Amino acid sequence: MRLTCPLCGPRDRREFYYSGAAVALDRPGAEAPPEAWDDHLHNRDNPAGVTQDLWYHEQGCCSWLKVTRNTVTHEILAVETVGGDSTAGGVA
Amino acid sequence: MRYSGFRVLAQGLFGNTGWQPAWRDPVPKPDYDALIIGGGGHGLATAYYLAKNHGLTNIAVLEKGYLGSGNIGRNTTIVRANYFLPGNSEFYSHSLKLWEGLEADLNYNVMHSQRGLINLFHSDGQRDAFARRGNAMINQGDDAVLLDREGVRELLPYLDYDNTRFPIYGGLLHPRGGTARHDAVAWGYARAADRRGVDLIQNCEVTGIDIKDGRVTGVQTTRGAIRAKKVGMVVAGRSGQVAAMAGLRLPIESHVLQAFVTEGLKPVIDHVISFGMGHFYISQSDKGGLVFGGDLDFYASYAARGNLPMVEHVMEAGMTLMPMIGRARVLRSWGGIMDMTPDGSPIIDRTPVDGLFIDAGWNYGGFKAVPASGFCMAHLMATGQSHAVAARFRLNRFATGHLLDEEGTGSQHNLH
Ligand SMILES: Cc1cc2nc3c(=O)[nH]c(=O)nc-3n(C[C@H](O)[C@H](O)[C@H](O)COP(=O)(O)OP(=O)(O)OC[C@H]3O[C@@H](n4cnc5c(N)ncnc54)[C@H](O)[C@@H]3O)c2cc1C
Ligand SMILES: [Zn+2]
Repeated sequence: MRLTCPLCGPRDRREFYYSGAAVALDRPGAEAPPEAWDDHLHNRDNPAGVTQDLWYHEQGCCSWLKVTRNTVTHEILAVETVGGDSTAGGVA
Repeated sequence: MRYSGFRVLAQGLFGNTGWQPAWRDPVPKPDYDALIIGGGGHGLATAYYLAKNHGLTNIAVLEKGYLGSGNIGRNTTIVRANYFLPGNSEFYSHSLKLWEGLEADLNYNVMHSQRGLINLFHSDGQRDAFARRGNAMINQGDDAVLLDREGVRELLPYLDYDNTRFPIYGGLLHPRGGTARHDAVAWGYARAADRRGVDLIQNCEVTGIDIKDGRVTGVQTTRGAIRAKKVGMVVAGRSGQVAAMAGLRLPIESHVLQAFVTEGLKPVIDHVISFGMGHFYISQSDKGGLVFGGDLDFYASYAARGNLPMVEHVMEAGMTLMPMIGRARVLRSWGGIMDMTPDGSPIIDRTPVDGLFIDAGWNYGGFKAVPASGFCMAHLMATGQSHAVAARFRLNRFATGHLLDEEGTGSQHNLH
């Protein structure tokens, strides 16, 4: 599997660290109730199909990337930096 | 179908044409007392214990493929009771005791082999952690022996003791740990459940869960609607999708785990061995193949196949630990879909929907759990109460903070 980093180009999967579903980007506010934190930390949509998750380009530019991916085919549909640059994906 | 040495011989003489199916292939009835979704190890065991321990025989197991087509037939078959945390400890201890009586109970040879499990350690800190784990196992009534380097060398002379980067300091031996034939576990429970009247319905995918006024009333399937007052969801890696049919969102992320087998070799590895630096575990099957595995591929996946980086990593770990296996040829590799929870421990509980129960979140370790999981899930579905040894496997423990994080790696699903 290869991910196309918007800053570094196509790179081997081994350069990246996977940190789970992209829900981390929607962190509850400081005043949010405990239920919101429970949901945020633990519960997942866990789709069989298209999903969005967060990858860290650990051995490259150290960007956090939001990756749109198919969990059944391993196809990479889009990669964008959390800051906003984007590419059309990678190779399954 | 009865098996005996004599029948095997006699059938061999007549071209094996006289064997009968080991269980019926019933048409689904419109109505059952209870339904189990998922015909893997846990679903079949749940059905068996519902019938045996609680006298519920008007029940059915609904399996979308064939029995045993999921993880129950894909795992590396390790059976052990070497857990540390209260909550896990008593559960896996109970499971190992059920394993020890399983063949007699089912009248089926599941090839349970208590060949001993050795977890290696490679630093002072790791030794302390394993010594403590061994004490927890002994306190639970199970067995553990802390071996030093020479003790390990006596049992496993073929490991690389000259590796300076990952020196072998010793190992924790769990003599009652071992392996079993995974398919036979599914077949044994299936036959025993069928004999008690349970309908095992294959090629029957559940596509919807019917709920009325907060109570479950039945399910929709590819073979029509089926009514029932109690429904158990026991679908391992598919738990997220099936629970979503009841409007539930679970603390589960599904990941692919790979396993490997080599060509058959003469007996060379007598135990189950795990490497403490880099995830690698290995045993030898009775057919002679070396069966081994490592970590998840680490990203959420529903593909029952993995990627090459983890293949490479597992091979490297194996070669680091026991260079002698380098010339064995790998025959096959495959993957299974693991239901990973944020603390690495399972869930056997009621759900917010009345009459709907869940048994899920088995992570990498659900094979050894099959007997106790079925036992406790059956107890829960029949009595409405959690069994004492599974009392902490609650669905709401993530909200209440009563997590069972055996590895202490925190709330990230793929780290357990
Ligand atoms: C490579 C690998 C190695 C492993 N090694 C070990 C090990 O050494 N020791 C250990 O203890 N554990 C191990 N495990 C874990 C263990 O195999 C699993 O935790 C356990 O088998 C899961 O429970 P199960 O047997 O019920 O799952 P499964 O066999 O997957 O059963 C679930 C069933 O539900 C069915 N299903 C899904 N959706 C539906 C639907 N909508 N309708 C009807 N049916 C449905 C599926 O077809 C499947 O048959 C390993 C797993 C893998 C993949
Ligand atoms: Zn980059």
